[in-house]
Amino acid sequence: MTDTQLLQSYLLRLADSDMILGQRLCELCGKAPALEEEMALMNVALDLVGQARNWYEYVAELEDQGRDADMLAFRRDAHEYRNLLLTEQPNGDYAVTMARQFFFDVWHYHTLQSLVNAPDERIAGIAAKALKEVTYHLRRSSEWIKRLGDGTEESHRRMQDAVDLLWRFTGELIQPDEVDQQIAKAGIGPDPEQLRDDWRGMVKAVLQEATLTPQPDDAWMYLGGKRGEHTEHLGFILAEMQFLQRAYPDAKVW
Amino acid sequence: MQKSGDSERSAVDTLIASDRVPGNAHPERLTEEAIWTLLNEVKDPEVPAVSVVELGIVRAVHWDGRTVSVDVTPTYSGCPATELIEELIAEALRAAGIRDPHIRRVLTPAWTTDWITPEGKEKLRAFGIAPPQGSASKRSLLGQEEVIVCPHCGSHHTERVSEFGSTACKALYRCKDCLEPFDYFKCI
Repeated sequence: MTDTQLLQSYLLRLADSDMILGQRLCELCGKAPALEEEMALMNVALDLVGQARNWYEYVAELEDQGRDADMLAFRRDAHEYRNLLLTEQPNGDYAVTMARQFFFDVWHYHTLQSLVNAPDERIAGIAAKALKEVTYHLRRSSEWIKRLGDGTEESHRRMQDAVDLLWRFTGELIQPDEVDQQIAKAGIGPDPEQLRDDWRGMVKAVLQEATLTPQPDDAWMYLGGKRGEHTEHLGFILAEMQFLQRAYPDAKVW
Repeated sequence: MQKSGDSERSAVDTLIASDRVPGNAHPERLTEEAIWTLLNEVKDPEVPAVSVVELGIVRAVHWDGRTVSVDVTPTYSGCPATELIEELIAEALRAAGIRDPHIRRVLTPAWTTDWITPEGKEKLRAFGIAPPQGSASKRSLLGQEEVIVCPHCGSHHTERVSEFGSTACKALYRCKDCLEPFDYFKCI
């Protein structure tokens, strides 16, 4: 794998995770539990889709095959998507939506903190912008974990159920594969061990404050998103997200 | 109509193109300062109280008397107004007689609310949006609770309703004295 291919692979993962979680959150448009929550969710989704576009544009330039950001987002099939499995999980109840967001935000925040120091100015620039936004995402999702976890009997039970349900998809966030290791070695992405410690440290601290219990570190984990092996959910997301572009490729006026 | 002295443009050139230079315009006489003044008339479509210059998203103007290039930075990665703002800026420049203005989108350095001018902040307040308070320090991002002053009555007795308001750049607050809800332009 050349350096450029390595970079493409890594950045495509970031773009795809942003894109799919953004799309998932958009499903709540018009049916969030409260008006303020709806606005917040849509704003987070907008940030993520904007960040995805910034990464896709760079990936498209690197691969130099005449594809643009839209083609990368709307003309690839599920097996070509490299998003984290966590991001494609259904919204569930609000505890699931916020647990998914929180696990992702902690990973996203620490990953971006490394990327802002990448020697590649384009990467550092996109990451610096995203980091400002993601800091707000993390602040908000942490608050929800605490409010629901340390809330009523029912909110606590549901929040704990959400943590237990989604935990199996978090291994991928902190278990490095070849690409993660190479990208760390190149001084671009986070050091895998550091990322794992930061993620576990922050997640456990917030869960503890929320009176919630994490699963053990050696719990069994689903892996595969980073190599294109997805849960059944991704196909349905893409079917909805890509319909228009697939039905009317290259349409200039909608 | 073209002035006869403008010999560099061919006759055909004067007949076509919809972004035709208005007959009475002399873009070559514009100064860079005049272009900044011109851009200061372009309003942010989502917060029409302030101009794109007051908002601090116009980062640079490169003008050589004939071609112009303007650097614009988005407030947020996913700001849906980005394309519209770029088009509004290009439109304003074309209206002043500048042909083919080039708008460049720059991400680095990332926009910060510290770049909103003092006039811009005052206009936000008058418009009913509490302007960002203090500088965009990491502390303010990470949850240091600050007292946000109500833009309607000036009360310090306010509370946050939601981390996100009507757009990504704002949070929703409520004044406990005058009871009015208001948007707060978040520090980033």
